[in-house]
Amino acid sequence: METYTAMRHFADSWALLGMTLFFLGVVAFVFRPGAKTAANQAASIPFNHDVIGSTPERHAGGNPQHTFPHAARKED
Amino acid sequence: MKYTVETILLGIGAFLALVGAGFAEDRFFAAHMWVLFFALFGGTIVLMRRVDFRPAFAGQAPRQEYFDEVVKYGVIATVFWGVVGFLVGVVVALQLAFPDLNIEPWFNFGRVRPLHTSAVIFAFGGNALIATSLYVVQRTSRARLFGGNLGWFVFWGYQLFIVLAATGYLLGITQGREYAEPEWYVDLWLTIVWVAYLVAFLGTILVRKEPHIYVANWFYLAFIVTIAMLHIVNNLAVPVSFLGSKSYSAFAGVQDALTQWWYGHNAVGFFLTAGFLAMMYYFIPKQVNRPVYSYRLSIIHFWSLIFMYIWAGPHHLHYTALPDWAQTLGMVFSVMLWMPSWGGMINGLMTLSGAWDKVRTDPIVRMMVMAVAFYGMATFEGPMMSIKAVNSLSHYTDWTIGHVHSGALGWNGLITFGAIYYLVPKLWNRERLYSLRMVNWHFWLATLGIVVYAATMWVAGIQQGLMWREYDDQGFLVYSFAESVAAMFPYYVMRAAGGALFLAGALIMAFNVTMTILGRVRDEASILDAAALPAAAE
Repeated sequence: METYTAMRHFADSWALLGMTLFFLGVVAFVFRPGAKTAANQAASIPFNHDVIGSTPERHAGGNPQHTFPHAARKED
Repeated sequence: MKYTVETILLGIGAFLALVGAGFAEDRFFAAHMWVLFFALFGGTIVLMRRVDFRPAFAGQAPRQEYFDEVVKYGVIATVFWGVVGFLVGVVVALQLAFPDLNIEPWFNFGRVRPLHTSAVIFAFGGNALIATSLYVVQRTSRARLFGGNLGWFVFWGYQLFIVLAATGYLLGITQGREYAEPEWYVDLWLTIVWVAYLVAFLGTILVRKEPHIYVANWFYLAFIVTIAMLHIVNNLAVPVSFLGSKSYSAFAGVQDALTQWWYGHNAVGFFLTAGFLAMMYYFIPKQVNRPVYSYRLSIIHFWSLIFMYIWAGPHHLHYTALPDWAQTLGMVFSVMLWMPSWGGMINGLMTLSGAWDKVRTDPIVRMMVMAVAFYGMATFEGPMMSIKAVNSLSHYTDWTIGHVHSGALGWNGLITFGAIYYLVPKLWNRERLYSLRMVNWHFWLATLGIVVYAATMWVAGIQQGLMWREYDDQGFLVYSFAESVAAMFPYYVMRAAGGALFLAGALIMAFNVTMTILGRVRDEASILDAAALPAAAE
């Protein structure tokens, strides 16, 4: 088989399947248990280090101390 | 600071440019090498005048603060190239309306138009992306920019690319690929600069002290990596001579066309979308002081955008020699792309939930919200135009140009202005901008300008499309092409007027930013007081 045909068939079979599965995996991963806490923490990153070396203050539970009204409201 | 190695390298570069000018195969290459020589020679002199003879501190502590000096330069360059690019845009718009304004040979529409597109996309947009990405990656990684002076090389190397590209267009050097006009040697230089940019950006992420990589950095990284890939593949070409300006593409025929539009559309997708979405995900939360509405939606937004955008390019080649299945593939992916785009738009807008009053009281927030609204509008219009039936009417008409401008002026322009207004007081340590009321003026001038522009181009484009396809009962075309051109005159004048409004807004921004940098504060009534409605007072 010529190279073009071989690559083309690979692309529209296994490669396509692999990419679809990867994408579905990402979506599933985003909705895993506990992802919400991790996401809320990540969302607060821009507010933690306007000055270099300043460490974000976190509660023992891992949540940043800097909480936002609407982040709290969403958890209601 | 000592720049011994840098000075020597610049000097050698200047000498090589001089040699290149002397042994050039054609006069275009010679002229370009003279431009390069003067740029590098000037740079050498500037560096030599900055030699510091004080002994270097043996125990000098490593610099701990963020590397913001290069970001400051980037912000100034963004404002400068923005004004230049918009001005050239108004000039080309007037050239279309009044052909006498074509001044041969350097200022013909054919040469000035790529100057406009490259100035706004690569000079204005590119500098905005480089400056904001270097600002954001340091703050969200809690680390100083990787690579020491590499940031300076990226900034100045990129400006050199802009100067070579711009002068090349005016001289008549082009490889004839839309949005990738620079010839092979300028492409090679951009590749070097881009790899340095990737090293500085990725290096900062690798040495980060924040465990999680913030979503804005994902978008920036996707932009940097994808643009590298697109740029290299689309510019694969064989130069006729190593001392000549002409090269031939490695591809031919329909493969060449598809490679070009795979590049062209993903330049929109990853340069003008992914990179600017990164700005949205950092600067909107910062300006309204609340985190992004849904961080998990932003992750899904990222992956779905990345997975779908790369396939959408063939919609630029509907009804051409491109195989039918490829055209349909491009159309289907373009339509699917609507969903992640609107997911991201909703995520950006809803970040304001609970703080909607800021749209009324903070003109910078208003600007950012309008940017996201235009993003939503352009990402609806785009998929619609990619549908073959619609495309048969819209393609090659001014509707396409209107679509591009509502995206570029509305989304890229306004979000960049918002980021600049956020950054300037922070970077120069000012309490606030020189004038918030001028931001308001800028907002309205820009918005009105875009509305005039886009609405005019809709009418113009649809009229053009209908005139081109009008048959009489005997099967003859009703209008000649020249008649459709003549019919465009009033629209072209209105389009230039819309562009002039947008340019006026940018000039106000340039003044406002300059005054803020100089440390001046305009004595003006607060927007908050004026906006308070009597009925709302309790």
